[in-house]
Amino acid sequence: MEALKARDAHRTLWSNAWRQFRRHRLAMAGLSVFTFFVVACAAGPFVYRTPADALDFARSNEGPSFEHPLGTNDRGEDMLARVLYGGQVSLAVGIVAMFLGLVIGTAIGAISGYFGGIIDLLLMRLTELLISLPQLPLLLLIVYFFRDSLRERIGIYAGTFLVMVCVLGGLQWMPVARLVRAAFLSIKTKEYIEAAHCIGVPPLRMIVSHMLPNAASGIIVSGSLAVAGVILAESTLSFLGLGFPPDYPTWGRLLFDAKDLLAIAPHVVLIPGAMIFLTVLSINFIGDGLRDALDPRKL
Amino acid sequence: MTKFLVRRSLIAIPTLVGISLVLFAIIAMAPGDPFSDLAQNPNVPPELRLQLRQQLGLDDPVLIQYGRWATSMARGNWGVSFSSHVPVLDLIWGRLPTTLFVVGSSYLVALIIAIPAGVISAVKQYSWMDNLATTFAFLGYSLPTFFTGLLFILVFTVKLGWLPEVYTTNIQETGWGWVLVMLRQAAMPVAVLALFQSAEVARFVRASVLEVLHLDYVRTARAKGLSESRVVVWHVVRNALIPVVTILALQVPSIFTGALVTEQIFRVPGIGSLLIRSMNSHDTPVVMGIFFTYSVLVVVFTLAADVLYGILDPRIRYN
Repeated sequence: MEALKARDAHRTLWSNAWRQFRRHRLAMAGLSVFTFFVVACAAGPFVYRTPADALDFARSNEGPSFEHPLGTNDRGEDMLARVLYGGQVSLAVGIVAMFLGLVIGTAIGAISGYFGGIIDLLLMRLTELLISLPQLPLLLLIVYFFRDSLRERIGIYAGTFLVMVCVLGGLQWMPVARLVRAAFLSIKTKEYIEAAHCIGVPPLRMIVSHMLPNAASGIIVSGSLAVAGVILAESTLSFLGLGFPPDYPTWGRLLFDAKDLLAIAPHVVLIPGAMIFLTVLSINFIGDGLRDALDPRKL
Repeated sequence: MTKFLVRRSLIAIPTLVGISLVLFAIIAMAPGDPFSDLAQNPNVPPELRLQLRQQLGLDDPVLIQYGRWATSMARGNWGVSFSSHVPVLDLIWGRLPTTLFVVGSSYLVALIIAIPAGVISAVKQYSWMDNLATTFAFLGYSLPTFFTGLLFILVFTVKLGWLPEVYTTNIQETGWGWVLVMLRQAAMPVAVLALFQSAEVARFVRASVLEVLHLDYVRTARAKGLSESRVVVWHVVRNALIPVVTILALQVPSIFTGALVTEQIFRVPGIGSLLIRSMNSHDTPVVMGIFFTYSVLVVVFTLAADVLYGILDPRIRYN
């Protein structure tokens, strides 16, 4: 009896979700691959000491060898070092922009759903308008107008990073806002919210500690998928030559630099492309697993 | 019906106004004078610069600026390209058919692949064919278009030498020779886009068919003794495809995004590659014009899908 109680005490919402998540084989595979990439990119450059920008024209476009495990590019730079170094930027942009998008989306959706009325109407029109805009041309337009001046002001790397994170995060929040609003509209009618109103809980506390936890599962799932969306968008911009400069070899930038080498050195194209593909695929699987695991009807 | 059409088209107008506001806000918020680098550009005569400044009224209050800008856009006066001195609207008009051809044929190919794949994997749920189709859909969904494009070039142009890498609009041959060249050069761009689209459509068709498959009227059709294929094709698919129109409409913005990338990879002379080129040469009027064109295209296609939905589904009331 005591043992049973002890076991039940440990079965929290999150441990249940984790138990469910572990049963999803593809999601677990996705989680392992993604964790591996994150750890490799974060710690890799400290372990693998070959510099990412050491030119060696005598050994350009070489295939994988003992010295260069993933070969070299047209300037003889080591591909493994570049993939690891660029991966830091790609993944960091994806994760930071995802958090920005989630915060904006949750705030707008929560305000819209909680207060309703004219605020709701205005915010939802704005959301619909931004959803109906063609995303990539809009991204290109903003980058085109703002990148140069920001780069002058705070430096090339910080400027590009800031523009990327703000723009990509700022264009990821719309689905989250809609989702949070829909969740809030249904939560608002529940008895426990009415009860909370009766004892005089102020709006902010009501939203944060009574309503948000019940909308959390949807937010977490769309957050995971947003990371994939941002990584894809960042690499698309870099692939078009309008993202990061060549000294910051994000995976998209590596593809941009490599696209004219297809005939000579296909590995230079295949490696960063495969990194993007595997990252996005594993995040999509994680999202799928989270969706199953966080569904409270599935316990 | 006519009423519905008119009313639905009128709803598109506020959207267009909203888009123009966003576009104008971006230009207005852009740090510095967007035309400042014109002063150093030897290709731009000073009269043109003055005319542009006046046209945009850079020293007037913002609302007046917007009003003037919007009316001149609405009248078809989109300005003149800095680099080629051709009116922006003419430039876009010349390249639009190519973009629409590539996007349109990829939509068609995507449907031809996705509908049978989705229907089969729903009817034979959990069979090896279903698993294959679902896996394929997941892969197609996660493969970025720029990577598939490069992979296709690597396989079909570099290794096999079957297809040309570059797309051209002045083909020398006539008659069937023209058709052949066109098919060969359009094959890869269209396939890249179709692969990306069909993945999502197939998933949606599968879900939609699964929903219809268990309805009462399907059981009735089977009870009448109809053959399985007739039940599926005539009774299930017809109704299951109606909601698919919605996903086609939702995909419109992302397909133009994909088309932009594809045009850049295969050097298709459409508006997407024009946009990138104009950005690299700081040709602001063209950049703005193309962005607005993309927005109009998205609004028009979404409208078309909405109307189509109204026609296909008799349960939708026009009033």
